[in-house]
Amino acid sequence: MPTKLTVPISESDIRALRVGDSVLLDGVIVTGRDAAHKYLVEKFIQSPSVPESEKEIYAQLKGLLAGGGIYHCGPVVKKLPSGKWAFVAAGPTTSIREEPYQADVIGYFGLRFVIGKGGMAAKTLEGCRKYGAVYLHAIGGAGTLIAECVKEVLTVYKKDEFGVPEAFWVIRVQDFPCVVTMDAHGNSLHAEVKARSQAKLAELVKS
Amino acid sequence: MEDLTEHFVELVRRTSSDLPADVEKVLKQAREREEPGSAAQSAFDTILENVQMSRGGSRPICQDTGTPIFYVWYPEGWSQRKLREQITHAVRIATEKAYLRPNAVEAISGKNSGDNTGVDFPTIHFEEWEHDYLKVGLMLKGGGCENVGRQYSIPSAEFQASRDMKGVRKAVLDAAFQAQGEGCAPGVLGVAIGGDRATSVIKAKEQFFRPLEDANADPELDKMEKQLYDEANQLGIGPMGFGGKTTVLGVKMAQMHRLPASFFVSVSYMCWADRRKVMSYYPADKRVVIE
Repeated sequence: MPTKLTVPISESDIRALRVGDSVLLDGVIVTGRDAAHKYLVEKFIQSPSVPESEKEIYAQLKGLLAGGGIYHCGPVVKKLPSGKWAFVAAGPTTSIREEPYQADVIGYFGLRFVIGKGGMAAKTLEGCRKYGAVYLHAIGGAGTLIAECVKEVLTVYKKDEFGVPEAFWVIRVQDFPCVVTMDAHGNSLHAEVKARSQAKLAELVKS
Repeated sequence: MEDLTEHFVELVRRTSSDLPADVEKVLKQAREREEPGSAAQSAFDTILENVQMSRGGSRPICQDTGTPIFYVWYPEGWSQRKLREQITHAVRIATEKAYLRPNAVEAISGKNSGDNTGVDFPTIHFEEWEHDYLKVGLMLKGGGCENVGRQYSIPSAEFQASRDMKGVRKAVLDAAFQAQGEGCAPGVLGVAIGGDRATSVIKAKEQFFRPLEDANADPELDKMEKQLYDEANQLGIGPMGFGGKTTVLGVKMAQMHRLPASFFVSVSYMCWADRRKVMSYYPADKRVVIE
């Protein structure tokens, strides 16, 4: 039975999750890939003060991300006749590229989750433990299905500067299916599966 | 020569949105084998639902429509140059129609060409054959799975693999292990033994056109394919690397002549979204079949 999570999510609800748990996510989340993470770290986390030109977007993102999360995704989008945006294909991208930035972004903005595919490494795992967050693995290749989970595209930041795939897309999702593969207790399903499969491989090649 | 551009566009549309029946069948069987309520079974449910939704709406199964790789077998007298022009044009049209994501970026600058064309992009392989009809195979191979392919040079100190089937087996199992779930497992392994570093990989990828449940005409390779299918699945990596009973959907192998000094084993990894279709065009009655 999947666990229903609705943004904003409390730390205790996040700490109750364990690797292997299936999750259905509701609420407003923000997409972010390489350009977005670099921007958050350089303009805000590592900067002595928020640059004047970024104060507006900073206020918006702070509000959106606290208790919420970032989805590693470069969507294919289309503009509707109404002028609003819609997601056409929205599967996850490989998360490991954000490893240098992720833990700091989780801590600073109070994220409760990041969504992506392929998992992340030790620094992020420690950040999840320390700050109370999880890594949610979306289903790779489920481009159409995940796009259908996006019920509304609320707005987009930095589209002109970063381009469509790299922008901050603010989206409302419903029943977005994910699996917890890194929990807030230092467990990583990726590490477990790698260790088990490595032992099996050793057994197979010995024979 | 006939202008087949619109048929090539249709080939792209079908390849991008309509997962082959044999792949869907094997995915369904894999779903049934997983523990009820497991993350692995839930992953298969999402995958199968996505397959249906994409087919129904002519939408790309995955947002990474990958490299369009064409294999063209043409009758004597046809023009490779004209075929290349038509195929390239069809790829542009298919991109405008959103059957494909613009996926061709300049190597160093990363600048997207916008229309899926560029230097040696899309990929087109040509072969003249003895038949009087045209056969065009298309596969869309995404970046995630492309990144977990491997090429082994045997023997190697690291590896303790010898220049025989035992060594080949070790290489293939290692490739399946190293990939973990990162190529959007469960994947298909295309394996070529022999060739040079380039031809070996082309041959490995050509294996993806084989129906998943076929047999290899070479009995020795057939035996190894079945053994490796079983053993790779014993690794327990499962869909997306969640842990599970199905790690590969199939193992398809071929051998080619090689230099005495070289022994390459190329393992290409194709994701579960094994998007491939073959178009046949019969000039006699201008009939087109896409399957």
